Formats: sequence, structure tokens, C-alpha cells
Amino acid sequence: MTNASVILPAGDPPPRPDYERKVEAAEAIGDIARKLTWRERLLQNALFRRVVILVVLGLVWQVYATILDNELMLPKLSVTLVALWDAFVHGTLLERTLFSLEILLIGYAIGVVLAAALVSVSATTQVGNDLLSTLTAMFNPLPAIALLPLALLWFGLGMGSIVFVIVHSVLWAVALNTHSGFQSVSETMRMAGQTFGLKGLRYIFGILVPAALPAIVSGLKIGWAFAWRTLIAAELVFGASSRSGGLGWFIFENRVALETPYVFAGLLTVILIGLAIESLVFRTLETHTLRKWGMQR
Amino acid sequence: MTAPSLTPAAAAVASPAVPVLTADDVSLQYTTRERMVTATWRVSFKVYPGDRFVLLGPSGCGKSSLLKSVAGFLPPVEGRIRLNGRDIKGPGPDRMMVFQEFDQLLPWKSVFENVAYPMRVNSRFPRAEIEERVRGYLDKIGLTRFADAHPHTLSGGMKQRVAIARAMAMEPEVLLMDEPFAALDALTRRTMQAELLRLWEDTRFTILFVTHSIEEALIVGTRILVLSPHPGQVRAELDATGLGFDSVATPRFAELQARIEDMLFAGRPGHTAEAH
Repeated sequence: MTNASVILPAGDPPPRPDYERKVEAAEAIGDIARKLTWRERLLQNALFRRVVILVVLGLVWQVYATILDNELMLPKLSVTLVALWDAFVHGTLLERTLFSLEILLIGYAIGVVLAAALVSVSATTQVGNDLLSTLTAMFNPLPAIALLPLALLWFGLGMGSIVFVIVHSVLWAVALNTHSGFQSVSETMRMAGQTFGLKGLRYIFGILVPAALPAIVSGLKIGWAFAWRTLIAAELVFGASSRSGGLGWFIFENRVALETPYVFAGLLTVILIGLAIESLVFRTLETHTLRKWGMQR
Repeated sequence: MTAPSLTPAAAAVASPAVPVLTADDVSLQYTTRERMVTATWRVSFKVYPGDRFVLLGPSGCGKSSLLKSVAGFLPPVEGRIRLNGRDIKGPGPDRMMVFQEFDQLLPWKSVFENVAYPMRVNSRFPRAEIEERVRGYLDKIGLTRFADAHPHTLSGGMKQRVAIARAMAMEPEVLLMDEPFAALDALTRRTMQAELLRLWEDTRFTILFVTHSIEEALIVGTRILVLSPHPGQVRAELDATGLGFDSVATPRFAELQARIEDMLFAGRPGHTAEAH
């Protein structure tokens, strides 16, 4: 038995008179739209909210390190910042960072260009599509660092080997994301583009790339992160052998010397660069494209 | 705005006695992962310049497949479709299409650029003319104020207006419309139908219009091709010239409506002679 019968009305609803009324003029109602107060505007500001989070995290670090009081294990934030300043101004940190960034950018650029070529082929031909799917399935799970011994054998000690493993870590992540972005472009948008008479590369760059941009940007972000990880890891493993090491080597050196504040300074440099790239490059890109087009909140 | 100048391509088909589009015994099939589906079976029709030609039928009658085939996305397995005597080989800007879905507009382009884009990627119109043409068509659909807005800030009705302007601005031989108002609310749909008729009065372009609404077919169309369900076959071709919003209550409208309903629903449950 259902209990629906309980709520059924017993008779017809009561008759009610019709009525019409005039609506108030908008001016009489008052605040329909007003400027936000400075507090409301501050809370709307993503940069402000993020800085607050960073400050809070910094405070937690400082307080915990003070309680722990063991500089070898976890130096205070203030000590780390002093070490960072010292290493940048008097030490080798700037040089190491620039060296790492150079390799990183070379590897990243090559990886992105290769990914673009591969995905373009896969977007236009069935063979290319199958090739890309197979290659990404094979190589994406393969840790770049596991290829390092081989890279050393093929390219020798030095920049070539690191660039090779960075390209490997960037290529598949970017290609996979771009490819799945292309695949999720709606049939309607594809047909619309084709009725305009677009074909080949014009179709790819006129329709597919902008339509898949959210996925492409997230692929570029993931690729960037993978490139960093691979670079630091590779330098930790064999940075010493190349003529001049990068950030990973800086961290390794200071760990061996038990200069923990400087180890943290090296890690902090990686974090700061990451934050800077995210907020300057990727965020700017997103604001001027995805947000403006309503493809991202 | 001054009426857009006739292009050589459009001038060549101006003779109203020669059909612009002919479909001869067109059978369409498509394959899904598991089965092969016959969408239409030997459908023939002729569209003349200035026709508002409606493909009407219940869902599953292949009317959208037929439109896609005319657009060049689905080659017929049997029969031919010809535009001005030439077989259709693939999609092209001489058959611009207005879709039902709102995502036919490119979100990364402003309203102005959306309308201008097909003209920019084709050499149909001189570069110098494009801007003026876009302004003219935005004016026609009353969206001049929104020229710099991006599509995501527009309502559904406005998006469809932009899509119609974009297609019309190309002056296609046939304007293909695939249930363009089906995703709109009833009030907006009515406004849009009236607007389409007003635009047509202005330039007398040729429309091939797909719908499943008998009322919409009678209001929008001048010729109605009634298709039977699954696989689609021609059931009738009817004349609906002169019918519009003013004639909804007339006997002729009611009679045509009843006639089409009979063809589509005869023998179905819920359809009895007493119903009308």
C-alpha cells in the first residue's frame, strides 16, 4: 500500500477571485544594483585570497619549526628566507636557477612542438589517431627518470640527456590532454566549422584548438609540472657529472653538507618559480581566453 | 542598410522556374557500433528559389539525416542530391546551416566576429565589404548593441538569431535549418518564427527547414514535405503558401493541420476521429 493517498486533496480547491495590479517603477524599489564595498571587492580578488593562504601556511611553518627547534630537520621560515637571500646574493643559487630554467625551457618547448605535430596528425587521419593513442598508452606511464640511464648512454653526460628526459615527460602529458580535448569538441561545432568550408590545418587551428583550449591549457600546466619534477630528479641523480649543475644539484650539494636551510631555500625557489609561472603565465592566459569566452568560471 | 548586392553565384539561380535543389530517390543509411540503420527510403523532392521548404515528420523519420545529407555530411547510399545541377560532394558555404544546439556559435569570437568568420575564410565576398555586411545583418536581427559581446553572455534566442544572421550573411543557395527553434521556450520560439518570416520577406532567400511541429511547419513553410516514420518515405507534399500567424484560427489552417495529423498518426492509440 502506498501512503500517497494520504496527501490527496479531499475536494476541489476553493474558488478565488482574479486580480490585476500595476507593478512599481524600478526607482521606487531602491537598491537593484550598487557598487560593492571595498571589503566585498577584496574578497572577490583571487590574488588577495591566495596571498592570505600563503601567509597562513608560512605562519604555520614558522610556528611549528619554532616549537620543534631543530634546524637540521626543519629550519624556521625566517632562517630559510635568510638562507635564500644569502644564496641568491652571495652564493650560486641564481646561476643554478638560470641554468635549470634554460634546460627546462628548451625541453618544454621541444616537447610541446612535438606534441602539437603528433596531435595534428592524429586529428586528421585515422592512422595518426591510432598511433597517438597507442604511443601515449605505452609511454605516458613510463617514468622519465627510468629513461635516464639510457639517455646517458645515447646522449652522454650533460644537457642533451636531461633535455631528452624532459621532452619525454612533457610530450605525452600534453599530447594526451590535447587529444582528449579535440575528441570532446561537439559534433555541432565540428559541422559548423565544416560548413564554413574549413579543412586541414585551418580547421584544426580555426575550430579544434580554440574549442579544446581548456584541455590544452591543463595539458600545458601538467607538462610544466612534469618537466620540473623530471629536471630536479635528473639533476639530483647525476647533476654533479655535468660541468655546471642546476637547482637539483644545489639541493644535493647542500644536503650532503647538512646545510638544511639551504636545501629548503632550493626547494622554495622551485615553489616560487612554480607560483610565478602559474599566476603570471597560465592565469593571464586563462583570463584572456577561457574566462573571457565563458569556457571556464 | 541597403540590400546586399547580388553575387554572381546568386544571380545565376535567380530564375524561379528552375529548382535550386533536387533530391532523386535518396536513400540514407548510417551505421552505429552495433547496427546499420536505414534513415530514409527513396525520398525525392525539389526546392525552388524562394521556397520555404519544410521537411516534416515524427522523430525517427530521417528528416535530420536528409538535411545532413544535403549539407554534405552524409552521402546517400542510393539516389542523388544536386544543387544547381551539380552533385553535392561535401559541406560548403553555399549551404550554410543553422543547428538546434546553441554551441554552434564559436565561444571564442564576439558576436560580430562569429558573423564575419565564414566570410573571412571564404573568398565569396571582397574583404572590404565584410564589415559593412556584418553590420547590416546584425542590424536586421536587432543585435547591433551586442556586436562585441561573447556568445556565453547571450540568451538562447539571441544566440539563434546570431546563427541565423551568420548563415544569411553568406547568402547561401539554400539556408538549411535543423529544428532551429526547438531548444527555445515557447514565447521566444514564436518571436523567432515571426522574425524569420520578416527576414524572408526582406530578402526572399531559399530555406530548407526541418521540424517535427505541424504548427511550426504550417506557419514557417510554403511547401511541406510530410515524411512517414522509420524509414522515412514521402507521404505527401503540400502547399502552405500564405499561412502565417494571422491564419492560425482559419479553417484552411485547421484543415491542413488535421490532414497532416491524420497522415502521421492514423491508426495510433490516442488518435480517434472524434479528436477533431
